[in-house]
Amino acid sequence: MALKLDHVNYIYDADTEMAHVALKDVSLEIGNGEFIGLIGHTGSGKSTLVTHLNGLVKPTSGQVLFDGHDINEKDYDRKKLRSKVGLVFQYPEHQLFETDVFADVCFGPKNLGLSKDEIEKRAYEALRMVGLSDDFYKQSPFDLSGGQKRRVAIAGVLAMEPEILVLDEPTAGLDPKGKNEILDLLKNLHEEKGITVVLVSHSMEDVANYVDRIIVMDHGQVQFDDEPKKVFASYKELEKMGLAAPQVTYIMKDLKEKGFNVDDTVTTIEEASDEIMKQFT
Amino acid sequence: MLRDITIGQYYQTKSVIHELDPRVKIVATLAFIIFLFMVNNLTGYAVAAAYLATIIYLSHVPPTFIFRGMKAIFMLLMITFLFNLFLTPGETLVSFWIFTITKEGLILAGKMAVRLTFLITGSSVLTLTTTPNQLTDGLEVLLNPLKKLKVPVHEIAMMMAIALRFIPILMEETDKIMKAQMARGADFETGGMIKKAKSLVPILVPLFISAFRRANDLAMAMEARCYHGGDGRTRMKPLVYKRKDFVAYLVLVVFMVTMIVCGRAGFLI
Amino acid sequence: MRFCNKIADSLKVIIRKKNYMITKHKDNPDNMNNNSSHMIHTENVRFQYVKHDEDGNPVGTVTAVDGVDMTINRGEFIAILGHNGSGKSTLAKHFNALLYPSEGAVFVDGMDTTDDDKVWDIRQKAGMVFQNPDNQIIGQIVEEDVGFGPENMGVPTDEIWERVNESLKTVGMYEYRKASPNHLSGGQKQRVSIAGVIAMHPECIIMDEPTAMLDPSGRKEVIRAARALNDVEGITVILITHYMEEVVHADRIFVMDKGRVVMSGTPREVFSQVDKLQELRLDVPQVTLLADSLRKKGLDIPAGILTREELISALADLKHKQDSDRQ
Repeated sequence: MALKLDHVNYIYDADTEMAHVALKDVSLEIGNGEFIGLIGHTGSGKSTLVTHLNGLVKPTSGQVLFDGHDINEKDYDRKKLRSKVGLVFQYPEHQLFETDVFADVCFGPKNLGLSKDEIEKRAYEALRMVGLSDDFYKQSPFDLSGGQKRRVAIAGVLAMEPEILVLDEPTAGLDPKGKNEILDLLKNLHEEKGITVVLVSHSMEDVANYVDRIIVMDHGQVQFDDEPKKVFASYKELEKMGLAAPQVTYIMKDLKEKGFNVDDTVTTIEEASDEIMKQFT
Repeated sequence: MLRDITIGQYYQTKSVIHELDPRVKIVATLAFIIFLFMVNNLTGYAVAAAYLATIIYLSHVPPTFIFRGMKAIFMLLMITFLFNLFLTPGETLVSFWIFTITKEGLILAGKMAVRLTFLITGSSVLTLTTTPNQLTDGLEVLLNPLKKLKVPVHEIAMMMAIALRFIPILMEETDKIMKAQMARGADFETGGMIKKAKSLVPILVPLFISAFRRANDLAMAMEARCYHGGDGRTRMKPLVYKRKDFVAYLVLVVFMVTMIVCGRAGFLI
Repeated sequence: MRFCNKIADSLKVIIRKKNYMITKHKDNPDNMNNNSSHMIHTENVRFQYVKHDEDGNPVGTVTAVDGVDMTINRGEFIAILGHNGSGKSTLAKHFNALLYPSEGAVFVDGMDTTDDDKVWDIRQKAGMVFQNPDNQIIGQIVEEDVGFGPENMGVPTDEIWERVNESLKTVGMYEYRKASPNHLSGGQKQRVSIAGVIAMHPECIIMDEPTAMLDPSGRKEVIRAARALNDVEGITVILITHYMEEVVHADRIFVMDKGRVVMSGTPREVFSQVDKLQELRLDVPQVTLLADSLRKKGLDIPAGILTREELISALADLKHKQDSDRQ
């Protein structure tokens, strides 16, 4: 019951003629230790939803509750909340600004008013978690490769020791190598540190192998909220929303149609391969 | 708040004013501003108000849209008003604590407020009805004589056009960076002047870097599309005066003469 | 400070190039003579640059492109694959005379890119679309942006309009011609950028990761537009990307790594080497991976399967054979 959205609505430019609804009656819960994929195409409201999770944007109506408290109450400590719900924006490397990597990672914990020792301890720990060795600490973040910069930016949020880590398209613009590195890193954080991870993406294929729950957004509303297999079963509806199930799903559906006796709910290549082999023994 | 500023924004609709040659609109705006400072009585302001109202009516831009833009500069207006009100020496009207309001101060403050409001409204109408490209094209042609004095007119116009194109993009980017730093616990509201100024560093550094990166990309994209300065360039939308532009010039002259005749005649005040 | 230097450098290039006037917007008769079937031809291209530290002292050289020989024929759809830093974008910038080889030579339609007199002809012949849709649109209105190239080339006004309208129709953006680019989606912006290049009547379009910043539907739009240019207009297309599923329809593929071409051939030839592709950390489509995994488990299906249909029919044939064998 860590984070709960209760009938949240959000309207952009509410008092003007350009008003449009970005979120419509969104209710959902993000429990401790979950690994969630939040999927939707550009403009589906997923990025707007994300900014509600740590109180950066206030809902037009409805409530966002963290451990049972309304985070938009006047005297709620939102700064503390932001350390508990860590938010990594799209292209997070664009917010790096310090002269060296280590100083940049210290920015978050410094804002929390911690002691110098604690700040440095957390920064070391965060950089270690994202897999950057000591050689990088004194380098300028701007001299690093795209994938490394992104890891520094993620470390900057991790250093605040969040309970929930929300990442908006963390793999956008990276090549497959960088993409896999980031996704594996998140998997490790989830498994070893027990951090709740919310992964925002427009690609089902990327998240299918990692998450244990998928929330699909379209037109500002939650359309599906279930385990991956069950969501992919509705691939026809997903297509209407401009999304697609992983290619494997389509292959298995096609095979079933052709009279193969296969389980069409598998989502990974290994499962599919095993399933098909059963037909040829 | 940033999105409320209507200066520099273009309001897309069809109207006589939109279709006028940008040169006419630039000249008219300049003339209007100059004449506004020459006028010094109520009748003159009334003529100016009528002129503005007519133009706004013809432009089909909703007045609410124009005045919403005024909100953003309301503070500036108030400060000028108060400074003029309290700091002009003259015949005392009211006096309390350390403040003294004089008759001259009241008149001056009122005049300045009206002038500024008219000035801003007038220039908003120019940018609301003229696309930035037309605007820079117009300026380029109007300033062309300066080329003889080695003024890089084309380059200045191109720079303006690019700046205008990137303003909304950079504003959006500022908003994004601000949110991202707030998510890392940054605080832009509390603290004294120095702390507030310091808190801007995490916004300004990424913003500058992004602006340079964009500039670099854009320079390359322009080169790839054969941009090599103003020489030998043709125009997709060349500026040609049409009948209605001459009519507009005529109307402008009539208005300005009326404004100056009424405004300098010296009735009322 | 380094960023300031970078920008100053780019400005310097513009100013330097300003001295060379574009010869003519019409086809130059000189070029018609050496009209070869080679659209682009490179000879042992090497590109090196000196890396500087914070204070501007040189700390070493980086070889971004390391001896590339490549010949691209007129009318081909070519894909260049590789992960970030493989040198593919650096190479692409040579095709448009935005970069010059440190060693070797690049010829565009028979013209040497280091020939300063030909630079504008080369840029008109080989147009370029870049990665970030926001950073390559100059105009405030879609049609004005598309007209930017022809304006620079000195095309007469009436013809600019013809070219703009025709280009916007080609990419399916005609109904947005009066819109502001800021109100378009990423895919639409990239289509506007493509239209801006088509309006210059190029013979070849180089697309440098045009889909890297787009969502799946935007990527589809852009790839569809690129294929239409090649199929319908017969324009040579060079698509640089790291998404393999975008290149299944290419005529030929080059895979780059560490500045060199490490694989080349038809999509089928390249895609049949799944292990090598994965070693190069490329994103192999799921269907190809699945087919490869089945082959390794002993199923008799062809190598280099690219589409879902191919895999399904191969499996159906196999099953049919198995069933009839049993009877």
